[in-house]
Amino acid sequence: MRHRKIGRRLSRTWSHRKAMFRNLVTSLLDREQIITTEAKAKELRRVAERMITLGKRGTPHARRQALSYIRGTRVVSKLFEELAPRYRDRPGGYTRIIKLGPRRGDNAPEAMIELVAREKEKAKKAPPEKAKKKTSAAAAASGKKAKAPAKKQKK
Amino acid sequence: MPLPKRKTSKCRRDKRRTHDALRAPNLVPCPNCAEKILPHRMCPHCGYYKGRAIKEVEERKT
Repeated sequence: MRHRKIGRRLSRTWSHRKAMFRNLVTSLLDREQIITTEAKAKELRRVAERMITLGKRGTPHARRQALSYIRGTRVVSKLFEELAPRYRDRPGGYTRIIKLGPRRGDNAPEAMIELVAREKEKAKKAPPEKAKKKTSAAAAASGKKAKAPAKKQKK
Repeated sequence: MPLPKRKTSKCRRDKRRTHDALRAPNLVPCPNCAEKILPHRMCPHCGYYKGRAIKEVEERKT
């Protein structure tokens, strides 16, 4: 019985599940934004937050623990050097999930999971350009589709 | 082999089905493009959620 056991099995064996989450968390920390199914995204939160906490700890032991889970030293370096300082003052909640709706083909509910506060980081690096970039990006986006009229006044 | 003794009456059959009704999804207007969408999701028509573009949506030819 799975009474009071947390976590989803996702129709996989333990080893399959573990391998999948190692791949997913590596991709998420690398790309900062990935699209997957809703259930996987919700489980991935747990793993990703744990990894970022390891990054914030910053000790050699934490680094080895991260290396034993995340695939590739490049992403681990990014976690410790780039992501850890970004989330220094944030007590958890490093990820955001946005539901995207059903997937074509198998109707699986998809979601986008991303690391939060990426915009702030960009703003810090290039403060004067930010406002301009955003409106032009929004204009380009609404220009592509005919059905996006009300956007620009809001921002 | 156990078998039903009686044919299920229309009344009994229909009473069983009282809970089978389907409910329409609760659609709300997209704040960006005013299309009807499922709540708490990115709008599949314009790709917006909470005032920002999440995903590029290509024009469908219909």
